[in-house]
Amino acid sequence: MTGQTLYDKLWQAHAVREQDDGNALLYIDRHLVHEVTSPQAFEGLRLAGRKPWRADSVLAVPDHNVPTENRSAGIADPVSRVQVETLESNVASYGLRFFPMQDLRQGIVHVIGPEQGATLPGMTVVCGDSHTSTHGALGALAFGIGTSEVEHVLATQCLWQGKSRSMLVRVEGDLRPGVTAKDVVLAIIGRIGTAGGNGYAIEFGGSAIRSLSIEGRMTVCNMAIEAGARAGMVAVDEKTIEYVRGRPQSPSGEMFERAAAAWRDLVSDPDARFDRVVELDAAEIEPQVSWGTSPEMVVGITGQVPDPEKEADPVRADGMRSALKYMGLTAGMAIRDIRPDKVFIGSCTNSRIEDLRAAAAVVRGRRKAENIQLAMVVPGSGLVKQQAEAEGLDRVFLDAGFEWREPGCSMCLAMNADRLEPGERCASTSNRNFEGRQGQGGRTHLVSPALAAAAAVAGHFIDPAELEG
Amino acid sequence: MQAFTVHEGIAAPLDRANVDTDAIIPKQYLKSVKRTGFGPNAFDDWRYLDPGEPDADNSRRRKNPDFVLNQSPFDRATILLARKNFGCGSSREHAVWALDDFGFRAVIAPSFADIFFNNSFKNGLLPVVLKEEEVDELFRRVGQEPGLRIEVDLQAKEVRVPGGPVFHFDLDEYRRHRLLEGLDDIALTLQHAQEIRAYEARRREEAPWLMEGR
Repeated sequence: MTGQTLYDKLWQAHAVREQDDGNALLYIDRHLVHEVTSPQAFEGLRLAGRKPWRADSVLAVPDHNVPTENRSAGIADPVSRVQVETLESNVASYGLRFFPMQDLRQGIVHVIGPEQGATLPGMTVVCGDSHTSTHGALGALAFGIGTSEVEHVLATQCLWQGKSRSMLVRVEGDLRPGVTAKDVVLAIIGRIGTAGGNGYAIEFGGSAIRSLSIEGRMTVCNMAIEAGARAGMVAVDEKTIEYVRGRPQSPSGEMFERAAAAWRDLVSDPDARFDRVVELDAAEIEPQVSWGTSPEMVVGITGQVPDPEKEADPVRADGMRSALKYMGLTAGMAIRDIRPDKVFIGSCTNSRIEDLRAAAAVVRGRRKAENIQLAMVVPGSGLVKQQAEAEGLDRVFLDAGFEWREPGCSMCLAMNADRLEPGERCASTSNRNFEGRQGQGGRTHLVSPALAAAAAVAGHFIDPAELEG
Repeated sequence: MQAFTVHEGIAAPLDRANVDTDAIIPKQYLKSVKRTGFGPNAFDDWRYLDPGEPDADNSRRRKNPDFVLNQSPFDRATILLARKNFGCGSSREHAVWALDDFGFRAVIAPSFADIFFNNSFKNGLLPVVLKEEEVDELFRRVGQEPGLRIEVDLQAKEVRVPGGPVFHFDLDEYRRHRLLEGLDDIALTLQHAQEIRAYEARRREEAPWLMEGR
């Protein structure tokens, strides 16, 4: 018998029932809930006279609609306010664990899950949010679901799933200085495309992935969905176990040691077979900048905006033309010559303490460039914000002319007041550069925190390494 | 959930790849706490020339005449013809609700994003995967004869063009059965409640840290 992949092991451990047609009823250990994709699920539950199967598996938090400034004034937009109040009333009626907007532990659902130890290795984790893949960084099977499935998990603690095919993305070698987890995952998406992972669960491996911190691995797994895969994951190692130790909802004492022993088995066996293997050389990865309206439209910082006329596939060439038009760019333009109007450092991809440290290291002692109208830093959680302030990072940003905000999803998707105006160009550490994503007509360039910070101080895209000294 | 057996209707050609769920229903409309009423805002940024807000009167907004769903007869389309990786991006089921509310019963494309594909079945919207060349052929036929009525048959797993080709599609039996019958997923799963409890009892022994409700 050939060995099992990490995905096989997680799948097998959670299959309540397997059917001949390949579908399985999977048990869900952790259900994360936010205000946008849950109201219709709770309503469905109520209309059918059902109750949550396991209330203690739920952790709920408002993140998409929350304002990032002047929080004591509440939520100004009445529609946003109703949505957050609806979540509050739903969690109260079913007795679910909830971090309200004023709680220090509030933040982006994919930041607070691992931070609280609410998501652990070996778990199945779901949320009505495609970036749930983030939690796979801990060696969990984590994936986004729709609202009907949110209701299904609330009512049954399970989901019917067909097993995905398995893909190993192996990144071997040493990353160049200044190249981060974000650059790695953007380079992967550039390689396999946004549909490359459709139907797959991706395991990220290789020495370059192992060398990343757990937060870096979260950044990589977070964007598995941008490569088309619902789930991304990284095998458990000692870094994983040390990351989890001592968190509020982690097991403690003897129970922790027992759990850790089980977690150490959460790796693909050496003889495990994957349906597809993709290999990247870490040394070849440059800092990445997206130029178009799909995350696969990405190039290195030393590159140029590509030319649709040189693209053989007509559907693809059309996509490139409309992207260039939307983005207000011309083929052949050097990426370095692109000048953003705004800079956004935040989102479930890049708002953790290490992201803020990396950005602050570039910004320290410098000023935001004249052409940058707004540079904002939105920490991923109240606890990240508190830690950053304890390290003086808030001062570094404020002294450079950046804004320092309250935690939430913010300008990653502009459901709150933080958004781009039509035609504005943004260097953003978020995950999607779709048309209108950051505000109608807004133009998004996806980059790492260090590169966003470098763009803010230089006024154009530049390799952060060039700013040294 | 509404069942799907056979549907015949006008197919609208949406000729671009990687149509994401942000494009299908922009974020400002996700603030609704309802499942209905998203149709007038389906493809909002492409459909209207004026910016849109949740409480705006859409009938007063200027429509973009270049957008296919604003053109007759496609404004009455019930089948959407699309390109690869349709529905990529966010997990928002609102995208499916918007297409359904617009009047679509089926989407035909060479590939779909996984979460969108799943969400469609929960709402009686049938996503049909055909081969790239078959989708090309449908685009060609609809281009030659706008208003052409296409038949999508879930029973026979076929897409039929009048006087033209019949394309077969595959779909796992589990999904097909539920959609044909319009079955309530949750009620079906709860028939396995004892197995779920037995699993929980076993996990309490094997991995108590997952079950102790911290």
